[in-house]
Amino acid sequence: MKIIDSTLRPQFTSTFDVERIRAEFPILKLRIDDKPLVYLDNAASSQMPQPVIDRLVRYQTSQHANINRGVHYLSETATAEYEESRRKLQRFINAREDREVIFTSGTTDSINLVMHGYGRKFIGSGDEIILTTLEHHSNIVPWQMLAEEKGATIRVVPINDAGELLVDEYESLFTDRTKFVGVLHVSNALGTINPVKQMIAFAHARGVPVLVDGAQAAPHMNVDVQDLDCDFYAFSGHKMCGPTGIGILYGKAELLERMQPFKGGGDMILSVTFERTTYNSIPHKFEAGTPPIAPAVGLGAAVDYLSGIGMDAIAAYELQLLNYATEQMRDLPDVRIIGTAAAKTAVLSFEVKGVHPHDIGTLLNHEGVAVRTGHHCVQPVMLRLKVPATTRASFAFYNTMSEVDAFIAGIRTVQKIFT
Amino acid sequence: MNSKSLYQEVILDHNKKPRNYGTLDKASHHAVGHNPLCGDHLDIALNLEGELIDRIAFHGESCAICKASASMMTTVVKGKTREDAETLIKEFRDMATGALNLDAEHHLGRLTVFAGVRDLPTRVKCAILPWHTLHAALNSVTTTSTEAEDDPMHAAIGDA
Ligand SMILES: Cc1ncc(COP(=O)(O)O)c(C=O)c1O
Repeated sequence: MKIIDSTLRPQFTSTFDVERIRAEFPILKLRIDDKPLVYLDNAASSQMPQPVIDRLVRYQTSQHANINRGVHYLSETATAEYEESRRKLQRFINAREDREVIFTSGTTDSINLVMHGYGRKFIGSGDEIILTTLEHHSNIVPWQMLAEEKGATIRVVPINDAGELLVDEYESLFTDRTKFVGVLHVSNALGTINPVKQMIAFAHARGVPVLVDGAQAAPHMNVDVQDLDCDFYAFSGHKMCGPTGIGILYGKAELLERMQPFKGGGDMILSVTFERTTYNSIPHKFEAGTPPIAPAVGLGAAVDYLSGIGMDAIAAYELQLLNYATEQMRDLPDVRIIGTAAAKTAVLSFEVKGVHPHDIGTLLNHEGVAVRTGHHCVQPVMLRLKVPATTRASFAFYNTMSEVDAFIAGIRTVQKIFT
Repeated sequence: MNSKSLYQEVILDHNKKPRNYGTLDKASHHAVGHNPLCGDHLDIALNLEGELIDRIAFHGESCAICKASASMMTTVVKGKTREDAETLIKEFRDMATGALNLDAEHHLGRLTVFAGVRDLPTRVKCAILPWHTLHAALNSVTTTSTEAEDDPMHAAIGDA
């Protein structure tokens, strides 16, 4: 058995103080079955640092009321905080204007908004939608529903064995009926970082708008929607240290203005009579009813927190985690990493010969290690790579090298139990 | 009971060397069980002589808990009547879902090594699938699923 030599771990510059960061996450102090929690399920949902928790408490204890129409102090305060949070998100993704940032309940909701608001209006019978094999079910199913309703067709960009998109094939899928492209920025199952900027430029040269599913990118790298020039960008708060129930849809103003509303109700209208309703301007046109105000404020605090550390510093540290974990895993016999793209975020999907992922997940849990097992909502990827299911460890900037060691030791324990 | 004690020697042994693994030349009853959420599936064939299960075999693709449960199930129900098998099916399901009082009288014997799954909600289906499939076979339903309406554990397993 190989003894892990801690001197082999990469050394870090003192600027990334992971221990100081960890101290701000109360949940990381938990013990599971009397072992320290090693939380490696960040791609499913991340944990929340104390400043974000505090912000939620402050909002709830001194600032909450319904927004927009109230003339009293609390309503004005809540409205101001909600809109301030929108501007924080605008800066976080470098959107041109704050009205291009719509609060939704999450990535799934954001994609459904585009499907209903844009797709149902501008995509018709015989039209074609390009998606990729790597898409999460949330960027497949809404488009299938639309295709079925309209008689449109979905065309799928293939991947290679490493889990990388075949960009040449993508380009050859375009026809004069291509009306829309949906592509995920980073694969939740494999960690592949897709060349979205190049793919967007190609689509735009043919007048086709592009939606980017950024659920796994926004938490892990600098995202600049103007630089990408994407038409839509969707992501979720709960994967980036924020609360559940809140997400973002970025859309270019000129597109959002041409779109039809998704949900009807209060706040999204200017005037209502039974004869005629006039819709509000963007972003309010897409925020019907009382929005998740506290989660929106919490997400504002989360992006402040992430920006305080720096997205580039986060990406650099997580890459070191990935490289170290990948190296350690390659040394394990009978373990195969699924997803070996050249450009990856810190996600490791793998198979252990002779051991079912469910058994791995349960046994790792007993070592305090939280991973995810199954198809990760990407059944087409599993089918293409011929694996029924995988075990996935997904890292965040608050994970450490010694947690990688604990994870690797856990897999060795699993293998020992199954020999 | 914790998750580690679920992976006891006897379960690991049945996973590694499953008993009655394979197919039957002549089967009066047959069913396939699916757990669509993890892709696992189990094929069970049996031959009834009158009311007696005189032969039974299984094969498929599954985790250790499911495979060991199937293997031990076949050894236990072989030679038993259909009615006795149905009693065991009910008791096993009740044990796995925590509804059975293990101190009261039951017929599970060494099958109680699976009692620990009741503390692992996501694994209950794995242990139950063979029993569910046996029930389907005895009642001549040719395919079943852990997502079937009458499954007490009918619930989606989330996955993100
Ligand atoms: C790539 C990707 N897209 C979409 C989603 C859906 O996000 P949510 O469940 O927050 O709507 C997820 C998360 O599971 C994801 O990883």
